[in-house]
Amino acid sequence: MYLNQYLFLAAVLFCIGVYGVLSRRHAVLVLMSVEIMLNAVNINLIAFSVHIQEVSGQVFALFVITVAAAEVGVGLAIVILIYRNLASPYLDQVDSLKG
Amino acid sequence: MLATIAQSLLAEGEHVVDSVGEGGHEALEAASWILQQGWLMPLVPAVSFFAILFFGKRLPRQGAEIGLAAVGFTFLWAVLSAFEWIGGSAVVERSTTWFSNGRFDIDVGIHVDGLTVMMFVVVTTVSALVHVYSLEYLRGDQRFTYYYAALSLFTASMLNLVVADNLLQLIVGWELVGVCSFMLIGHWWEEKPNSDAALKAFLTTRVGDVGLMLGAITLFFAVGTFNIEAINQAALSDGIRHGLLLTAACLLLLGVAGKSAQFPLHIWLPDAMAGPTPVSALIHAATMVVAGVYLVARTYGVFFEGFSIDSGGINLLALTGGVTLFIAAALAFVQHDIKKVLAYSTVSQLGYMIAALGVGAWTAAVFHLFTHAFFKALLFLGAGSVSHAAHHTFDMREMGGLRKYMPRTFWTFIIGTVALAGIPPLAGFWSKDEILLGAKEGDFGTILILGSIGAFMTACYMGRTVFLTFFGEYRGHGTPHESPGLITVPLMILAVPSLLIGLINAPGIEKFNDWVAFHVPDVTFHLEHHDFDPGLALISTVIAVFGFAVATWVYYWQKAPKGLLERQPVRAVHTFLEQKYYLDHIAVSGIAAGTAGPIARGTYWINQHVIDGIVNGVGVATNRFLAPFTYDVLDQELVDGMYDDIAGATSAVGGLLRKAQSGLIQRYALVLFAAVGAGGAALAYLT
Repeated sequence: MYLNQYLFLAAVLFCIGVYGVLSRRHAVLVLMSVEIMLNAVNINLIAFSVHIQEVSGQVFALFVITVAAAEVGVGLAIVILIYRNLASPYLDQVDSLKG
Repeated sequence: MLATIAQSLLAEGEHVVDSVGEGGHEALEAASWILQQGWLMPLVPAVSFFAILFFGKRLPRQGAEIGLAAVGFTFLWAVLSAFEWIGGSAVVERSTTWFSNGRFDIDVGIHVDGLTVMMFVVVTTVSALVHVYSLEYLRGDQRFTYYYAALSLFTASMLNLVVADNLLQLIVGWELVGVCSFMLIGHWWEEKPNSDAALKAFLTTRVGDVGLMLGAITLFFAVGTFNIEAINQAALSDGIRHGLLLTAACLLLLGVAGKSAQFPLHIWLPDAMAGPTPVSALIHAATMVVAGVYLVARTYGVFFEGFSIDSGGINLLALTGGVTLFIAAALAFVQHDIKKVLAYSTVSQLGYMIAALGVGAWTAAVFHLFTHAFFKALLFLGAGSVSHAAHHTFDMREMGGLRKYMPRTFWTFIIGTVALAGIPPLAGFWSKDEILLGAKEGDFGTILILGSIGAFMTACYMGRTVFLTFFGEYRGHGTPHESPGLITVPLMILAVPSLLIGLINAPGIEKFNDWVAFHVPDVTFHLEHHDFDPGLALISTVIAVFGFAVATWVYYWQKAPKGLLERQPVRAVHTFLEQKYYLDHIAVSGIAAGTAGPIARGTYWINQHVIDGIVNGVGVATNRFLAPFTYDVLDQELVDGMYDDIAGATSAVGGLLRKAQSGLIQRYALVLFAAVGAGGAALAYLT
């Protein structure tokens, strides 16, 4: 098993995630992209954890999953509130902080 | 958090330390089982807090019954603890590791000695009575459940504060009581002044808390532990450099000044009266505000050595207390709001306690804390009862003559007043007398004089309050009526200790010294206890009686013969007093108001001729020469020009920067990722 395969997969996933966050207009899709990025990080953590024979990386991945779940909860609540206020889920219409 | 502490204490794992220290009064006795369970005290109200929050609304009495049950339990436990302690028990010292952080462990534990048990009794007694009282006082309040939850949380936090064996745990309790105070002052937050007052209280005490935090950290680095007993030991055995102790003591004093409303951080306490009256009685009179005094008493080694109290010179601690007690007492004269009078009185009494600690009279300070809690809570609850009757006003101008309508409130209020003024044999006399005695024996002349003047003023402004509230004719709306039993019974219960509790340290009995003492194991440190001084006691009694007499003369007799016919002179005197708020004029105008005697005339002459002359001279000189120069050159060109330029530059930069503020989250994210990418690339390139 080569470590770099996993790292490559994680890097690709991460880039997809970044692309999604930056380019999607729909708030839910942006949240999903964030999840992809987090999971890319999880893959890295677990890959390294196996590589250096140290279990704490996997524990950390579990923590990330937990926090990600909480983050989605908060994120979706914010999305719903945005939708209620603007009647639109598109992030490029949320610009009331424009200077 | 409390639940985990309790669990770990319950579990009593291997690392739970059960050490039996030497008892404060009689050495090497077994620690009593009841005292060992001291951790129950904060735990039970904490559980009650959560229970009320989650289930309160569904219960028939909206959660009040849970709060009452919890506080009733802690009260019983406190009484049992007191009996166990008096019966002879060793100091209980139990702790367990809360979490370890590599080099050091953070402990959580309990330390139960005489001071702790005394605070147990004070906190739970007043809290229990306030719980009962609030049933009636807040009946039908829209946030009744929330109120009882906050009371429970407060009780838990305060008990955690007093039971803590280390500074960190104490600070946790300290901050939690601050939060509860904030929540309860702002209980009726729909009105702007109330939420403002809550914010003011919280922020002012937070200013002091910075000092407390830094002080605790200083001590931690000096001693290597947060454990209070170890800190006291190190401080008293020359284990720490004096400069470090002085720094720590000054920093802690800042925290104390914030919480215990000492000058110049006392400003929040009068505003805090915006909260419901039972809250004022519990938090802002009897318990939370004495947390500062308790902290000084608890870590007395640091203050004693840091400020070199035994050397007899004036020190910052004594000075803070002395100034506070005087200034606050003076301000109490000009208030119309009965609760504000009591608030300033509380500030003043806290000043007494701090001053007592500053002169080395540890027992006197703690004893005053003990007695003051009862009679001041009584006075506050009495004021609440009065307001309940007189259409929810606290303005004494709309009261008067209530003696006839509400005899029970009147008599208990009188007992509280006399106890506060320090007339023997009521509670306040014995403790205040001990403070004055401590100042005298310790050669602190300034404190003795300030304390005696304060005693006079206390009697005088309390006399004023009583006469304005209960005597004369009713000036408010409607017909006042006596409050129901739920309000008057707590008053009567509190009246008993206000009458009698001082006697436990009266000459011939003197038990309090044995029960509550500052004792640090393995250190030879002994605070001198002074014997009762009949001469001083006589003088302080005469001073108090004189204060009442002046109050009677000004506020009662002047009124009685002609006041009913022509109210205007009385009004004029009052206005005069209000406006002459200058501290040093109060005594003069209070006495001279009726007579307009030679002192007033002399002062007036000096004012008109000497002072006005000087002022006019300075004014003319300023007007002719200084002002044009200042205005044209300094102000217009230099200062204004500078600010105009700064503003112009800021505005230009702002115009450029606002283009970057698109408000679009994804553009920000792009910048963020680009920056991280650039940073990562730079890092990869450099390493």
